[in-house]
Amino acid sequence: MDVEILSRIQFAFTVSFHYIFPPMSIGLGLLLVVMEGLFLKTKNPMYETLAKFWTKIFALIFTIGVATGVVMEFEFGTNWATYSRFVGDIFGSPLAIEGLFAFALESTFLGVLIFGWEKTKPQTHFISTIGVWVGAMLSAIWIVVANSWQQTPAGFHLVGHGLKIRAEITDFWGMVFNPSSVDRILHVWLSAFIVGAFLVLSIHAYYILKNRHVEISKKALKIALLIISICSFAQLESGHNSGNIVAKYQPEKLAALEGHWDSIAPANTYLIGYMDKTAEKTHGLYIPGGLSFLISYNFKAPIKGLKAFPKADRPGPLNIVFQSYHIMIALGLFFIGFSTLMLFLWWKGKLFNYRWLLWVSVFGIFLSQIATQVGWYAAEIGRQPWIVYKLLRTSDALSKVVKAEHLIFSIILFSLIYILLFIVFMYQLRKNILTGPEEKEDKLMSQ
Amino acid sequence: MATFLNIDYQTWWLLATAIILVTYGILDGFDLGAGAWHLFLKKEDHRQLAMKVIAPIWDGNEVFLLIGGGALFAGFPEVYATLFSAMYVPFMLFLLFLITRGISIEFRNKEQFAWWKKSWDIGYGIASAVLPVLLGVVIANVLQGMPLDSHFEFTGSWLSFLNPYALFIGIMALSFTMVHGAAYLLIKTEGELHDRIHFLLKKILPIFTMLFTISVIWSIMKLSHGFPRRTALYVMLIVIIAVIGGIIWSIRKQKFHLTFIGSSFAMLLAGVLALVKHFPMMLPSTIDPINNSLTIYNGCGSEKSLETMLIIAAIGVPLVIVYVVFVYRIFWGKVNKEDSGY
Repeated sequence: MDVEILSRIQFAFTVSFHYIFPPMSIGLGLLLVVMEGLFLKTKNPMYETLAKFWTKIFALIFTIGVATGVVMEFEFGTNWATYSRFVGDIFGSPLAIEGLFAFALESTFLGVLIFGWEKTKPQTHFISTIGVWVGAMLSAIWIVVANSWQQTPAGFHLVGHGLKIRAEITDFWGMVFNPSSVDRILHVWLSAFIVGAFLVLSIHAYYILKNRHVEISKKALKIALLIISICSFAQLESGHNSGNIVAKYQPEKLAALEGHWDSIAPANTYLIGYMDKTAEKTHGLYIPGGLSFLISYNFKAPIKGLKAFPKADRPGPLNIVFQSYHIMIALGLFFIGFSTLMLFLWWKGKLFNYRWLLWVSVFGIFLSQIATQVGWYAAEIGRQPWIVYKLLRTSDALSKVVKAEHLIFSIILFSLIYILLFIVFMYQLRKNILTGPEEKEDKLMSQ
Repeated sequence: MATFLNIDYQTWWLLATAIILVTYGILDGFDLGAGAWHLFLKKEDHRQLAMKVIAPIWDGNEVFLLIGGGALFAGFPEVYATLFSAMYVPFMLFLLFLITRGISIEFRNKEQFAWWKKSWDIGYGIASAVLPVLLGVVIANVLQGMPLDSHFEFTGSWLSFLNPYALFIGIMALSFTMVHGAAYLLIKTEGELHDRIHFLLKKILPIFTMLFTISVIWSIMKLSHGFPRRTALYVMLIVIIAVIGGIIWSIRKQKFHLTFIGSSFAMLLAGVLALVKHFPMMLPSTIDPINNSLTIYNGCGSEKSLETMLIIAAIGVPLVIVYVVFVYRIFWGKVNKEDSGY
């Protein structure tokens, strides 16, 4: 196996594993702020119980997020040294901000959040909870800014040539507010809120199904449901905006996402399909002119297809890109449908009447995790063959000194430790769930 | 060259990075040290208490490494890229032990089985000991240089990092964390555990003194970049005597706050020595020290980037100091059994 494919596999593996955790930190963080806020406001002890229960789970998730996050910071240097040399000047400032304003904030206040319940006034503890959540949100901003720069570079110029070529920053705000950052930050935040809310929804739905911690779970479930509903609707708009940015600035990616080959009008949007790379055709169920409409509000507008670009500039694994994108959207639409149904039932006073719906809620957490993962796969694989769009190819960005043996060593190392980490995580999560929030559970099933 | 108060931006950023890394050494140094002692504490309640001491602050302490690594990537991307890709194996091992340590802390108390606790204790204890050794090895190799070609790419073998000087500095770093960690534990504990740590500290102190002194002398002898050797040696020896003397005195007087300050000072001293002796070098090349070495001038980012980051640091660093002080004050005082832990 060659160094390039091994490096790609390692990065994909480590970043996918890492990404299971930060969205839950960001989303669950929001829920912690809401729960603790409600407790301070209403003095209802149920909210305090909920906040303390979920804080323990938050601690678990956050710690693993940090551990796997350190790996990512190191991995840019260890495995992608050429990329680091190229983008270092650009990433300098966002990473400095992320370190100082986000990591320092969330990590220091985390101590108070988890261990400071007895040592601080309730208001002080609440400030710490907010501090951790804001830190997580800020962290998301800066890393998405950095990734967005890779997608739609701005505020820079190139210096040097040949092997020594690199990007140098010319305009800090131009770099930060590159064409895609704002939309992508919003999109990532919303997706994180959905994942965090689903985690809460899933577990409390499970309790209701097992007739445990019922009263407290009904409260928590409703909060989670509201968040899922608002955010999944907002995601429609956010996703649409992101799509338009891709259409404008990364036409090859759009063509890959949508399975669009020919630049003739009208461009179709597929509901479900399969890309045939050899025949350069996509088969499936489509809305004629759908893509044209989505981009230009005109069913007949021409959109550039993959055939308009040289093969070397198109993403390689086209079907992964296409399917990831369509799965993400399908799940997003599902979340809208599901939460709308649940809200309707809530309005009718029948929210907890249907066991099958509660079971669907339980599986929601897995579905939301899949959605965030495949969304990133579409974004990152869709950007290939570029690591920085149109400026640096992924194949040119590797560490020149790292050999295949080193990579096999580190891939095996990460696989083993991450498997262990995952087992211990699930084991502990399960334990937290089975123990539950309350020492004495209410056995009443009231509405 | 752009300057602020007559010092160029590169030097400012080097200073910022060095301050972050020394702060990391002073903060994570003590919780790594506490971990290194873990397997020497034979009683269950001792082990639990010692972990409670570091429970609320170890993660925050570790963040300084992240910030320091980020500062290196940010200000000196060529150095970051060369160093991390060259020292691939040490950094991967570092990550392995870092993760092992984190999970060990998190999961150790989650079950009551003896085999469970013992396993995580071993993970925690060994990882906490190995990490400072690895960091010492990395820093030693940075100071002494490595084979870099004209593109600043490493041309050596991965085993070359385990040379005598690097290993020595690594072991010395471990002994430092053990002294520093013991001092912190002494401040935060009382009774039987306190006495046990006191006993252990007195055992490690002569070892640390010897290793530290030899390291300083060896480093000065080895790494001359135009600094007058003799003066440096004499000055450093006086300072070492003062610091170690201060530590010994404070232990005798049972004023462990001063011990901690003393060991923190030792860390600061090491940092200052490395900075001053090494300046303006970052990664010397053993193949061609003049042309192939990375300095703060050829390994840095653009002046615009440095300027932006210095402004960010000027705002951010005071803020971080505020948070850290705020949190440490909440957890001030002796730890006790009722305190929440993991």
